[in-house]
Amino acid sequence: MSGFQSNNGVIRWIEHRMPIFSFLDHSVGSEYPSPKNLSYLWNFGSLAGITLVIMIATGILLAMQYTAHVDHAFESVERIMRDVNYGWLIRYIHMNGASFFFIVVYIHIFRGLYYGSYKAPRELLWMLGVVILLLMMATAFMGYVLPWGQMSFWGAKVITNLFSAIPFFGETIVVWLWGGFTVDNPTLNRFFALHYLLPFVIVGVVILHIWALHRFGSNNPVGIDTKGPQDKIPFHPYYTVKDAFGLGVFLVFFAAVVFYIPNYMGHADNYIPANPLSTPAHIVPEWYFLPFYAILRAITFDIGIPFTGVVIIEAKLGGVIAMFGAIAVLFILPWLDRSPVRSGRFRPIFRIFFVLLFIDAIVLGYAGSQPAEGLWLAIAQVSTAYYFAYFLIILPLLSVFETPKPLPTSISEPVLRGGGGTLAGAPAKPMEKA
Amino acid sequence: MRKGFLFGLAALAAVSGGLTAAPQSVQAAGEGVPVPKFDWTFSGIFGTYDRAAAQRGLQVYREVCAGCHSLDYIAFRNLADLGYSEDEIKAMAAEAIVVDGPNDEGEMFEREGLPFDYFPAPFPNEKAAAFANNGAAPPDLSLMTKARGAGPDYLKALMGHGYEDQVSEDVLQEIFTLETDKRVQAYELALEEYQHKLEVYEDKVADGIEANRPTEPEQPLPVESIEDLGLSDGLSFNAYFPGYGIAMAMPLFEDGVEYADGTPATVEQMAYDVSNFLMWTAEPTLEERKGMGIKVLIFLIVFTGILYAAKRKVWADVH
Amino acid sequence: MAETATTAQAGSGETRRDFLYLAAGAMGAVGAASAVWPLIASMNPSAEVLALASTEVDLAPVAEGQRITVTWRGNPVFIDHRTPAQIEQANAVALDELPDPEADEARVVKPEWLVMIGVCTHLGCVPLGQKTGQSRGEYGGWFCPCHGSHYDTSGRIRKGPAPTNLPVPPYEFTADTTIVIG
Repeated sequence: MSGFQSNNGVIRWIEHRMPIFSFLDHSVGSEYPSPKNLSYLWNFGSLAGITLVIMIATGILLAMQYTAHVDHAFESVERIMRDVNYGWLIRYIHMNGASFFFIVVYIHIFRGLYYGSYKAPRELLWMLGVVILLLMMATAFMGYVLPWGQMSFWGAKVITNLFSAIPFFGETIVVWLWGGFTVDNPTLNRFFALHYLLPFVIVGVVILHIWALHRFGSNNPVGIDTKGPQDKIPFHPYYTVKDAFGLGVFLVFFAAVVFYIPNYMGHADNYIPANPLSTPAHIVPEWYFLPFYAILRAITFDIGIPFTGVVIIEAKLGGVIAMFGAIAVLFILPWLDRSPVRSGRFRPIFRIFFVLLFIDAIVLGYAGSQPAEGLWLAIAQVSTAYYFAYFLIILPLLSVFETPKPLPTSISEPVLRGGGGTLAGAPAKPMEKA
Repeated sequence: MRKGFLFGLAALAAVSGGLTAAPQSVQAAGEGVPVPKFDWTFSGIFGTYDRAAAQRGLQVYREVCAGCHSLDYIAFRNLADLGYSEDEIKAMAAEAIVVDGPNDEGEMFEREGLPFDYFPAPFPNEKAAAFANNGAAPPDLSLMTKARGAGPDYLKALMGHGYEDQVSEDVLQEIFTLETDKRVQAYELALEEYQHKLEVYEDKVADGIEANRPTEPEQPLPVESIEDLGLSDGLSFNAYFPGYGIAMAMPLFEDGVEYADGTPATVEQMAYDVSNFLMWTAEPTLEERKGMGIKVLIFLIVFTGILYAAKRKVWADVH
Repeated sequence: MAETATTAQAGSGETRRDFLYLAAGAMGAVGAASAVWPLIASMNPSAEVLALASTEVDLAPVAEGQRITVTWRGNPVFIDHRTPAQIEQANAVALDELPDPEADEARVVKPEWLVMIGVCTHLGCVPLGQKTGQSRGEYGGWFCPCHGSHYDTSGRIRKGPAPTNLPVPPYEFTADTTIVIG
């Protein structure tokens, strides 16, 4: 902690009046000590941040060309694709950027789930992350409506109709959401306004997320706290250069999709202008919503008091509750998993269930793309059951019954040599107060 | 560290693998015979448009399709992309009658088209188009190749290989088998339901309750000809149209147009040409995109390589 | 790079690192600039705006001494059917008296028809003088009320803050009394 030094007079002049350079240095520079053993899975946080910036930059320029009116929206997007200088490039980046944002964030989340990054003292950090996920979903959903193609319109209609499942006020709420009696011009306008606003709200929550991160620093693949300077390295240059390399790899994938298969992750139906009188044969949300869509449709039965015929929750409402519950359960995750060991590396049974959860998520995604009937419905129901069981039953039980493997004494010495046996039976107590 | 990286890549691959599956399955759910794949000059990393074919396709559009289908997003000036000179474009535009105005007296007036005008639509609005075509408005063609899952393959198959006079015996048999299977499946489901209902009925009769006897489902007839498909009146058979019944009568006929470049105007040739043209109308920036893409990718790969070397260098002393 | 032989080993390692940093930094800068360019370029006029660039005007109904305004690319275009007196007045001025010297014949195709973009070259207001009863300024041409620029019967700046004459758009006579602007 030698403080920030610079030979440049201008920098010193600014620094004296507003210590922004030392602030940056403490945030992402040489004064921010990070665990030395972070794997490439720890790249996805900064990657998500950069993707957010890409989305905002392209989004602002698209907004300058877009017309939020039902009669002109589709046409204005085609004008962007054909007449605006590099409009096709900006639009394809923005369109596919949404998908890549979710890929990055989902990997980031699964990394956190595996290495126990949600555990004390990082609960708030995790919960802010879940808020970001929710905001991203809302933003992506409303953004998809803007081109005003068939999928835009019918996706908006179906998803907003979910709110009609709310008892008593459902219909009123839906009419209020629409600003009319169906998805129409008022809906499009408010979605555009919110789609422009929410990314900046996300930026705000991201700042809180990073703030909370800096309180205790990054978790790490071993999951034990850093014990001293020998466990740490400065963020700059070590992780700046590593993040830069990761960004390069990411951009290669991203560019390959933008330039060679830009419509691959979209739906052909969205190149047909919205027609409120004709529903497409299959309404499918964007891929990143498919697991949640599968959960929504998995609840095909009313929930009530057995043998009395009294229905408490109708199937429609049940699906909506399950879908939102799938995210809500993440909020309380830090209190469901009470195991004192963070990293899945030292939790042999947890590991198996975690891998199953990862597969489960992919299966749910696939089931979400299939018509909700027959075999795929059954698979979706089983997968939904497993998803909730993982968080609500398996993790609490594992906290009690699982015997973790012996933990290394420090990050610098991750492999126990020789006398590790004496530690093997000792109760793991690694994460008491950083 | 390497392990983590590999895991990250694997996760990326898994996610994109899931993506691969999804759109295809949606296609499969369309429940028809698969659309054949054709060779296109514009596919692949270095793909470019076959301009001669696209120009012939424009001729087919103007002489055959334009009677019913609009092409709203294409202006005459855009044709410069296909290799037409300014004079040719002016001449083509001048053939169109455009309504302009209002003039100083407040009246709309007609004038010859100019390069910045868009292709005129055959009908003033969608209702008029539907009215003139037995209720089915012919869709705008500008984005047709992007608005159908199988894209240009679908268009070529639909126009050149799908109608009753064109379709191959194999494809026809495939459709008959598919449809027969579908009917048998539906019958089996109905039969199951019937037997269940019958039991309930017999129980009721045994208990002396009055009930209506359920009707037994009819054994399905196998589909052996196009007539057996039972298409509605006014629809033509097309092997590649969802549901097989298309409102558009067969549009292309041998020598239906006379190509300026002497290419024989077979139905397949015209279908190929107009599909090329419509691919261009849907994605006019394809060549620019692919050309830029290769440069961007090479740059990024080199850049990433240097970053990797820098990363190795920086991390060399950390263990 | 004046490394001595004794430090060659350490030096070459450092040189390599410097090179990598430099190369990465340079490529990063080039990459970022090329990525930003399309974003900036997208704000330039788009293809369909550039294409909508010609307006046809029938001059037959415009009587001598009459001035009309038409629109071209969203801007007003002044068309003045000048009287011989006005033409003479425009030609009578010595070029060195003008802030922006330009001969009248260089500004017209046919002397009786003056065609100019009616946007003050100072800050973009539309000068007065098109309608009867409006001030035509001290030189009988046009007068910009915003900051008091006076234009003469050839649309040249004579007095006031405007730096240049009213610009003449590209136009041609397609018939005796028909022009196409743009």
